[in-house]
Amino acid sequence: MKKEHEELIESYADKLSLSVLDEVKITVPADITKEKLSKIMEEIVAAYESAKVNPGECVGLVSAESIGEPGTQMTLNTFHFAGVSEMNVTTGLPRIIEIFDAQKEIKTPTMEIYLESKYNNLDAVKKFAAKIKETLLGELVEEYSLNIFEQTLKLTLNKGLLKDYDLTGKEIIKNFKTKMKNFNLDSEDNTIIFTHKGKAEEIKELYNLKEKVKDVKIKGIKGIKQVLPVKRGGEYVILTSGTNLKEVLELDEVDSQRTFCNDIYEIYEVLGIEAARQAIINEVYKVIQAQGLNIDIRHIMLVADIMCANGIVKGVTRYGVVSEKASVLARASFETPIKHLINAALEGEVDNLTSVVENVMINQPVPLGTGLPGLVTKMK
Amino acid sequence: MADVYLNSKFIGVTDDMVNFVDDVKDLRRKGTLPEGVNVYFDKEANEVHIFADEGRARRPVIIIKEGKSLLTEKQLKQLAEGEISWLDLVRQGVIEYLDAAEEENALVAYREEDLTADHTHMEISPVVISGITTSLVPFGNYNQSSRLIIGSKNQKQALGFYAANYHLRMDMDVSLLHYPQKPIVKTKINDVVNYDEHPSGQNMVVAVMCYDGYNMEDGVILNKASVEKGLARSTYFRPVSVEELRYSGGLIDEISVPDKDVKGYKSEQDYRFLEGDGIIYPEAKVGEGDVIIGRTSPPRFLSSLDEYNLSNSARRESSISLKHGEHGVADFVVVTENEEGNKLVQVRLREERIPEIGDKFTSRHGQKGVTGILVPLQDIPFSASGIVPDLIFTPHGISSRMTISHLIELIGAKVGALAGRYIDGTLFESEKEEDLRSELLDLGFREDGTEIFFDGRTGKQMLAKIYVGNMYYLRLRHMVANKMQSRARGPIQLLTRQPTEGKAKEGGLRLGEMEKDTLIAHGASLLLKERFDADRIILPVCEQSGLMGFYDFRKNGRAISPLFGENSEMSDIEMSYAFKLLLDEIRSLGLYVKLNLKNKY
Repeated sequence: MKKEHEELIESYADKLSLSVLDEVKITVPADITKEKLSKIMEEIVAAYESAKVNPGECVGLVSAESIGEPGTQMTLNTFHFAGVSEMNVTTGLPRIIEIFDAQKEIKTPTMEIYLESKYNNLDAVKKFAAKIKETLLGELVEEYSLNIFEQTLKLTLNKGLLKDYDLTGKEIIKNFKTKMKNFNLDSEDNTIIFTHKGKAEEIKELYNLKEKVKDVKIKGIKGIKQVLPVKRGGEYVILTSGTNLKEVLELDEVDSQRTFCNDIYEIYEVLGIEAARQAIINEVYKVIQAQGLNIDIRHIMLVADIMCANGIVKGVTRYGVVSEKASVLARASFETPIKHLINAALEGEVDNLTSVVENVMINQPVPLGTGLPGLVTKMK
Repeated sequence: MADVYLNSKFIGVTDDMVNFVDDVKDLRRKGTLPEGVNVYFDKEANEVHIFADEGRARRPVIIIKEGKSLLTEKQLKQLAEGEISWLDLVRQGVIEYLDAAEEENALVAYREEDLTADHTHMEISPVVISGITTSLVPFGNYNQSSRLIIGSKNQKQALGFYAANYHLRMDMDVSLLHYPQKPIVKTKINDVVNYDEHPSGQNMVVAVMCYDGYNMEDGVILNKASVEKGLARSTYFRPVSVEELRYSGGLIDEISVPDKDVKGYKSEQDYRFLEGDGIIYPEAKVGEGDVIIGRTSPPRFLSSLDEYNLSNSARRESSISLKHGEHGVADFVVVTENEEGNKLVQVRLREERIPEIGDKFTSRHGQKGVTGILVPLQDIPFSASGIVPDLIFTPHGISSRMTISHLIELIGAKVGALAGRYIDGTLFESEKEEDLRSELLDLGFREDGTEIFFDGRTGKQMLAKIYVGNMYYLRLRHMVANKMQSRARGPIQLLTRQPTEGKAKEGGLRLGEMEKDTLIAHGASLLLKERFDADRIILPVCEQSGLMGFYDFRKNGRAISPLFGENSEMSDIEMSYAFKLLLDEIRSLGLYVKLNLKNKY
């Protein structure tokens, strides 16, 4: 690119944003004349100016309407995936509510685990999937037998499963030998025998043990309840039900740049607030696309911005975003009015009537649109 | 071994349940046991139940033995000739009544062709799977079940000949259809329920086509000439009743023409229809505000003696008059007494209702629609033979709802009208569509029911052939005249000073939360303020205390602060009354809400 062209483009730095200038630099053909380029730049400035939001435009309300209006159509057609290959993930309005309310316990936590290229073959994927899946002892047991006279509990394990998981009884015992204080452990082939040390008064203890060993984790990552390797565009992706982002990202096989989960709160804790913001945008957009609706992504970005503005994820609820409103009257008009009024009275709060709801309440012009500008004159 | 229960009480045991049950059935069929006994073997619970108590819903079915109906041709013939009756068939053990329990052990065939060796009973007719109103839908078996339900629900709302003694009755909010007709396409149930004696619709010529979009989104178009000739015309009745209430202290209301010095006297003009007894005369044409029954009531509070002495002048006016937008003709007057012995006067108002834009019509197939326009005769499409439709129905109503019966009825009634006979459209037993079509062909019409049509406005032949025929259409009770309402200004609520809500109170249409949002989204904040000015007030507010003051008219109307009295700066502040009310209520909680005043400019 000629230097004079570059200078010309640079001279627009006060009118256009840097990213726009960079894009122009890349796309403009090298043999363009200076006159043509300056004409193009003027056009870009005009387009840029007309795309700007006017002062006093109530973007939040427009976003709310733009999300809310198609949302009414969403309530009725919550569809489910039929079939074995896809997992049943919450979609539709319930999912939107889940995200916008920033609920900590989501209904169907899932992860999409991407793998480093050298592990991206069927055998490795299968092995990896089996490795991360949380396996409990209870799943392997074929038969429990309690012997009251000898005070023993005998577990018979499924041979096929043991082979699949590449385990033996002896290896399993190692996992929790130290934790067992009152029992001696022994293993033979596919059986594990617990023998009570000394004399036990009650059979209850043995029975409690049986319930307890069911939930003992043998291998895998905590929280990963199911794994499902799927082939997506030439590479394998592992979908999971249940999440544990922190531990999964630490594994060598995992491509930590692309792996994510659908739990906004977990992303916030592991990856930080910016990642959480992006997760909100992605998750909401995914639902909207699945429903076949057309909502501009900037509306969702605005909501995500508001939710993450304070460095922590806040839901659009009376405990979250709404509690941040400056106006007492606006907060009181949303939910639990008496609580807000009494707290305001205790603190001696002043409402400066700067926003919409409070001005509608007292019948004053709303400081937006035509109500925003004031006229300043010199008084003699 | 199974327990045996009689009317749910344990009475014994049996080893051979099947034979036991069969024995009971046989004895009942023979007449040894009463006909009302039902017996049922519950296999899962291993219990035999015999029911002979009252209050069980039962239904009759024909008994089947070894795959053959016990009802013979001979018996049918005898039945037709009146030699035997239904009860004879029950006594002979040909027909028996099953209750819900015994039905569990029975296998009932719908029709004779379906019979197998396993069947124990057969329906008298397949129609019995549906109820009375549902069976009134002709060709109902061609429909989706949900449409059948909607169709039968619509028929309940149809205007018709609802009671033969209607002219003596004081029913609230009823209508009477003028010239109701028997349906050309009927079902067997129509005859069973004597539908022809109290029909509720009219046979109209229906064209399935569009007409400038006036029948889009479930609209129907009516022929204005047909309407003027009396199509679907009805009369609306509404009673007004007044009684002389008794109050404590021997005081009583009085039905009479109120004296001029009565509190709340309207104007002489308003009382012009009242006769000497204070009641309107029959056939008086009354309009908005006219008094129907004149009445005065004793004063509400008897505070001081002097008011008590001027008894007549203190009486209140409590007449019944027509409210905003109401009119009609006084039809019938009844003077009687109620249960407490108070004088009771009832006046029935009558109003002729000519179909207009917004009135609701439906066929019997759940295809309801609202009148979009009344087309004058000269503009209406006409067929090559000069037939003009009474009603134009939109073709878009059919595709998604799949009411095939609607289409078949159109052909059926066309055949019926041309051949001069009634068509049977009974559920599952209707005349065959092919037969109707070929009969239509024999009558000289196109077999598919379409005809060449011409546009009434241009006289040009229409490109498509139009599906046209007769249909039984019903006028539904939802009429715009009862629902339409408008207001520019009017009554307000006492508490909030905001407009009242609802038609009865001449209320406004609320500009709600979401409507408010749209104005804000457009940035039209001053328009929004103006819209919400309905309860606007201007209040004096004290600048020091931030409290609302008052005007003291003993001191030439100066604004006074509640805290600082006259020594205060008072400013007039504009706000909504509802907000003032909110401030008052918060103050009643014991909170000091202060208005900090500041110059806006």
